[in-house]
Amino acid sequence: MLKVLWLQSGGCGGCTQSLLGADPRPLFTELREAGIEFLFHPAFSEQTGAEALALLEDCASGARPFDILCVEGALLRGPAGSGKFHLMSGDGRPLTDWVGRLARQARWVFAIGSCSAYGGFSASTPGNPLEACGLQFDAEEAGGLLGSGFRSLSGLPVVNVAGCPVHPGWVVDSLEKLALEGLSPTDLDDFQRPLLYAEQLVHHGCPRNEYYEFKASAQKASDLGCLMENLGCKGTQAHADCNLRAWNGNGSCLRGGYACISCTEPGFEAPGHPFQETPKVAGIPIGLPTDMPKAWFVALAALSKSATPRRVRENAVEDHAVVRPPIRKTGLK
Amino acid sequence: MRISVGPFNRVEGDLELSLDLDASGQVVEARVNSPLFRGFEQLLVGRAPADALVIVPRICGICSVAQSAAAASALAEAAGLVPAPNGVLARHLIQATENLADHLSHFYLFFMPDFARPAYAGRPWYAALASRFMAVNGSAAAEVLPARANFLKLMGFLAGKWPHTLALQPGGSTRAITAAERIRILALLREFRTFLETRLLGDSLPAVAALDGVDALAAWSSGRPGDFPAFLAAAADLGLDRLGRAGHPYLSSGAYGLFPAGIWSPQGEGASLDPARITEDAHHAWLADGPPLPPARDETLVAADKPSGYTWCKAPRYDGSPAEVGALARQTVAGHPLLRDMVRGTGGSVTARVVARMVELATVLPAMETWVQALRPGEPFCTHADLPDDAVGAGLVEAARGTLGHWISVRRGRIERYQIVAPTTWNFSPRDQQEQPGPLEQALVGLPAGEGAPPTVQHVVRSFDPCMVCTVH
Repeated sequence: MLKVLWLQSGGCGGCTQSLLGADPRPLFTELREAGIEFLFHPAFSEQTGAEALALLEDCASGARPFDILCVEGALLRGPAGSGKFHLMSGDGRPLTDWVGRLARQARWVFAIGSCSAYGGFSASTPGNPLEACGLQFDAEEAGGLLGSGFRSLSGLPVVNVAGCPVHPGWVVDSLEKLALEGLSPTDLDDFQRPLLYAEQLVHHGCPRNEYYEFKASAQKASDLGCLMENLGCKGTQAHADCNLRAWNGNGSCLRGGYACISCTEPGFEAPGHPFQETPKVAGIPIGLPTDMPKAWFVALAALSKSATPRRVRENAVEDHAVVRPPIRKTGLK
Repeated sequence: MRISVGPFNRVEGDLELSLDLDASGQVVEARVNSPLFRGFEQLLVGRAPADALVIVPRICGICSVAQSAAAASALAEAAGLVPAPNGVLARHLIQATENLADHLSHFYLFFMPDFARPAYAGRPWYAALASRFMAVNGSAAAEVLPARANFLKLMGFLAGKWPHTLALQPGGSTRAITAAERIRILALLREFRTFLETRLLGDSLPAVAALDGVDALAAWSSGRPGDFPAFLAAAADLGLDRLGRAGHPYLSSGAYGLFPAGIWSPQGEGASLDPARITEDAHHAWLADGPPLPPARDETLVAADKPSGYTWCKAPRYDGSPAEVGALARQTVAGHPLLRDMVRGTGGSVTARVVARMVELATVLPAMETWVQALRPGEPFCTHADLPDDAVGAGLVEAARGTLGHWISVRRGRIERYQIVAPTTWNFSPRDQQEQPGPLEQALVGLPAGEGAPPTVQHVVRSFDPCMVCTVH
């Protein structure tokens, strides 16, 4: 059995809440049968107080072997490098010290969520008074608490299961991939995210794709149209499979009617513009699809706008379809 | 003797207790420390007002929607916006889904595993409760996780995802529900109702909602199968109906148009809630302090080395007094006869807090079914208005664990001030300038603690369903 030790620091706990919704099988059963068990998790383990501290101390000293350290939440180094913004309860030492000691004993270290991967919202207050960072990144910059050269005992850098929150499947599949056949550097992208969910774009499988094709854009919250041109959607740039792997059975941000804020990307929390508005220059969105030259996009947009069917154009600015697809005898057999 | 208890797991976020014990090992004084600071109020300053809808849900992974709803309400007030009727129903549904899922998680994942602790081996109920509720490996976990996940599929329809939706907007919801989706949503509600009735409660929801007093509850639960009746039997054996009493007034801002806002205490008549009487006192927080101020005028400035500080949590007060919030507060304020009878009899105890959550599950789920049927597909789910460049607004909502307030000031189109008072900020408040302890600090006095003590302190702390990450926003 691979033993998982889980710590939470400068975050909201939402990645754990999301993980508990793993579907269709109950999380604990699913992982146990794949050879993974929790040695300690702050949200659901029985051990508390002195008993929990003793377990953590044994793990940190090397007396008790474990396999995977999962850290959820940003690492808070402030104020003035003291780590006092988060002291281990019942112990009084900074969480940053605990994470540093435990990371040296772990065969693999996982950052769960964008806070522990890259710093997240905790690091986005101007001047970063919390001195918040990720395990191995400060936003896009390599470094973070453990430093860019850190390698866990397996030889791998930190595995960044980024997202705000993570999809339960990203965590479960990453852990099960590891249990099945291990993880190698080629399983991760440049920001150390598992490719099993980060080699897709949020755009892939977007239910608004027809509106995107015709540049039939939403103008206000709740409109059915494409959210890229006006409402801040970054689905064509964000690395994640959110529209291929449903959230909560049937959902995703786009299915919920609101923009992708690219929460799997380092630095997403400080985009330099209001989240729900698309920054533009001369009417053209700045953030174009990752691999599309601007001139092509402009030409294609002009063409597709001129060819937009009335159904798509009118439905784009309503919250429910007002024009249905016509039924024609096409002769198709 | 002073002991420090932590890390306190199976609560949301970080908690440490400092307990002064007498010679017999009983708590004389308790101090509650929230040892993690988040700094969200500072990071909101200078942002575009609507960015609050993205940022505030990320204060809390377990009451993320409540944070969204409070921000949406505050922005609606600032913009003078009236949400679309469908949007109001959608918001009720989204909030109720989170609140009921939280009640379920609390009972099964956070609270009940303490009854499986070896300290209780030898009690007549121990073997059954240990195999059912043992952390991670108990038989209940494998049933409740799919029930919870399937119930949260409502969020897939209504809010895109949970946690951290952006569907809640000042004018309603971004997600219009179609006639076909209403059918699926009703089916999900029926599925959850079946779990509650057959596994948790052991009776129909209306029968549980109609229990009207302590005697009726005892008669109803005697010998009844179900996880809630099993808790009641153990709680009676341990006397949990007399433990963990805080004795402060109960405060609720009202929920879903179903439960009214107000203040209630067993000694007096109820009163209406006047948010202008809420103040925050930072005397014992590691924050700069002065005279207690209403949130709309308050600041949050770090003073990490302040000698009088022992927590990152401020002390909210109503009319200068601590107040308890949560399901028990909502139900006593709303006049539920069972909860009022319990509080008048043996006080606002561990048992009463748990019973209040069960009553809410039994009461709110049927209401959700009526809200779904009241949705009008084809009519708007969201209204729109521009926010003035200078405006103020407040939003008070009920999270699972109690009253949550957001106060926003906008100046020249940017957030100038954003203050938040979270449910556990009330319940786990530190002392104030008058040295009045907060509700948990009071509720722990007199309990056995330290080496060899039973897990009584654990029951009392978790009976509040604390959310520390919100507390230290």
